[in-house]
Amino acid sequence: MNYKPGMEPERYELDAPLPYRFSFARRSFFKSVGAGIVVLGLLDKAVGQESGRRGAGRRATPQDIGAYLHIGEDGQVTVYTGKVEVGQNVRTSLAQAVAEELRAPLTSIRMVLADTQLVPYDAGTFGSRSTPDMARTLRRVAAAGRELLIDLAAEHWKADRASIKVKDGKVVDEKAGQNIEFGKLTKGQKLTKAIPENPSTSAPAGHSAPKLDSDKIVTGRHKYTSDVKLPGMLHGKVLRPTALKATLVSTDTAGVEGATVVRDGNFVGVAAANELLAGRALKAIKAEWKTADQISHKDLYAHLKKNARESQSGGRGNQRTGSVKDGLTAADVRNAQTYNIAYIAHAPLEPRAAVAQWEGDKLTVWTGTQRPFGVRGELASAFRIPENDVRVIVPDTGSGYGGKHSGEAAIEAARLARGAGKPVKLVWTREEEFAWAYFRPAGVIEISSGARKDGTLTAWECHNYNSGGSSLRTLYAVPNQVSEFHSTDSPLRQGSYRALAATANTFARETHMDELAHTLKLDPLEFRLKNLNDVRLRAVLEAAAKGFGWGKKAKANQGFGIAGGSEKGSYVATCAEVAIEGGKVKVLRAVTAFECGAVVNPEHLKNQIEGSVVMGLGGALFEAIEFQNGQITNGRFSDYRVPRFSDTPQVETVLVDRKDLSSAGAGETPIIAIAPAVGNAIFAASGKRLRSLPLQFGRA
Amino acid sequence: MPIPFCWCNFTGCRIVIKSGRILGMPNISSLNINGAAARIDADSERTLLSVLRDDLELTGAKYGCGEGECGACTVLLDGIPVRSCRRTVGSIGDKKIETIEGLGSNEKLHSVQKAFIEADGMQCGYCTCAMIMSAVALLRKTPKPSREEIIRAMDGNICRCCAYPRIIKAVELAAKGGAR
Repeated sequence: MNYKPGMEPERYELDAPLPYRFSFARRSFFKSVGAGIVVLGLLDKAVGQESGRRGAGRRATPQDIGAYLHIGEDGQVTVYTGKVEVGQNVRTSLAQAVAEELRAPLTSIRMVLADTQLVPYDAGTFGSRSTPDMARTLRRVAAAGRELLIDLAAEHWKADRASIKVKDGKVVDEKAGQNIEFGKLTKGQKLTKAIPENPSTSAPAGHSAPKLDSDKIVTGRHKYTSDVKLPGMLHGKVLRPTALKATLVSTDTAGVEGATVVRDGNFVGVAAANELLAGRALKAIKAEWKTADQISHKDLYAHLKKNARESQSGGRGNQRTGSVKDGLTAADVRNAQTYNIAYIAHAPLEPRAAVAQWEGDKLTVWTGTQRPFGVRGELASAFRIPENDVRVIVPDTGSGYGGKHSGEAAIEAARLARGAGKPVKLVWTREEEFAWAYFRPAGVIEISSGARKDGTLTAWECHNYNSGGSSLRTLYAVPNQVSEFHSTDSPLRQGSYRALAATANTFARETHMDELAHTLKLDPLEFRLKNLNDVRLRAVLEAAAKGFGWGKKAKANQGFGIAGGSEKGSYVATCAEVAIEGGKVKVLRAVTAFECGAVVNPEHLKNQIEGSVVMGLGGALFEAIEFQNGQITNGRFSDYRVPRFSDTPQVETVLVDRKDLSSAGAGETPIIAIAPAVGNAIFAASGKRLRSLPLQFGRA
Repeated sequence: MPIPFCWCNFTGCRIVIKSGRILGMPNISSLNINGAAARIDADSERTLLSVLRDDLELTGAKYGCGEGECGACTVLLDGIPVRSCRRTVGSIGDKKIETIEGLGSNEKLHSVQKAFIEADGMQCGYCTCAMIMSAVALLRKTPKPSREEIIRAMDGNICRCCAYPRIIKAVELAAKGGAR
């Protein structure tokens, strides 16, 4: 099994792309599509460097193809890309990019996502890269397709190219009063075109197109992995260890009836005609496990600190400028504090699931993952078969939030299917998803700082233990600063989570800034703006403050807090209003200003911001994984509280639309400012400063 | 050969005994789903959710937790929202089951379905059918719910994308008759 226990900080940063890509997908693709136009979407050099750290100035090779566009003779426009839909509306936003450049109706675009046999290689859907990279590529692809259609029409009509344009899904020559459909121009040929050097593309129109497939979603016809059903399919279950890191000593499967038992090394699973029979079979297995003593959540932060390693120079987020010692000497006020961040679970509502089918030595797996090609590699390696014999299809997935980068369920379903000789569906239980997936890293963050009486920052030193380097550097102008990430030993398996460590680092920094502001008796917003040269962060702070009515007086037992930050090329600021009622914190209102360059789809963007803010309330106020001796002790929804309707405050968003800037992704960053805004509001309301996530008011 | 044998008077009951051991509990042969009798042949201990999804291919109700905490499996039983993951098919009897598939047709969506589209009340969509079923039950009982009544009625349904503000808007929109 390709389980990678231990430290996986910002996993995608470590997962450099392989130096080679087999051209299987491309060849099979060309066989599969009929006549018409094929446009190859080459990732341009700048983008290639950004996303995959490829060498500068390399010529485009097949692995640099990011997407295909096919215009069939029936006029059908189909886009092939490796991105996955996990609720971030990528299907719609990418289709919008194509529709806008191709001057065709949105509903005429068919999107084929994340089928490794049909789409070109893609590292995965993470890091908020779909909008800046894939949408950009698709705009260029569609623009090239549009120009080729005009060329073909000019030839077809023997007309002047300049008088021809594409409009409403047709090629038209308005002067001559004639038009022709896209599909009628290729006349049985298959024309292939790569994107020219500088295709002329336009900025996103910024329209709120409705979500594609929403009619299927509201009628229950939309198929997720767990809805896939194959003829003769069995239902699988896997025997889990009694604790993390436990080893299997012995098993007795004599009591199992009505199910196939599959044993392979330390893997034990069953496959049966339905879930009930599979569940009974699993219960009938007697297994003995050997466990070792493991640390509990009570000792977590001391453990992280004790096992910390020296920071490597040049590590992610690391920075040294000036002399912190001199800066602290020059300061009138100093502050040194520690902030603790709990492990939290992604808890996607659709747990890990897979349906696996073998045809000879060829394997097809439907599974919900953010890395279809990565999971194809995991399967190939687990079964020692060539990647070409593995097809991974990712149906639209019941969310991920960074939690579905791995292919455990796919591998397990495939192993069961091979053993049972029939297709097998495996849907992890909620308890399995809590215990055997991976968590957002816990962390300890230490900040010491100094400032002059007038509110000018003089020194800033920040050390992050374990949670990660994202957004580690302060965005405020400080002449003397040190920022360092330290890896350590993580007792639980950890990995990416929406916005990575930017949530932890922004919480620590923005809480610390608030503490300084209060020590200096300065308004928290004024103090921030005084130390800020970054115009984009300034703009969102000001926009959130304006939308919120910052500066007004709070009622008794109520308080206001503000926080801001930046990650992955976008900027966010949130103002929160909280009330302390009966010793409990109630968030009443949250106003979030967000700027991600040019807005692609305003309504979907607002939906992402609102969802991020409310989801962020979970990590801010109550989510924390508890564990003892290798067991997750609150791994179910009745014990692990996630935000519900009754936790939802009045949520308002302010879009700062920078049409002059290219669009950044927006599914992650809006989550980072809510926790410190709420914590700062709690301080304003109660005078209690909370320095741990979740903010536990009652226990402080 | 298993010998069918029944010692109770329950209609349709078949306890299969082989080598002196019970292999299967009485099977259920029919459920009243979306206004029609659905023929099934299911072990009475199986969950309603599993039978709906795996035998009848009514996959709008989803598995989310198996303990009735997330509401993703919500269907209506005699008009009341229930967690189908916590009900065995043997416990249903002739109660009327309503699922999302019986709510509207592809050509003619139910007003609540339309409102969810209009208000953009979804992200990944995995919880959406259950949200709609809970909202339908609420609106039948309370056609003009207040915001507080919506929150109270829907609080057992989790949306991990936390599209709650827009789901509330969708229910309000449906109540206003704004979605046609």
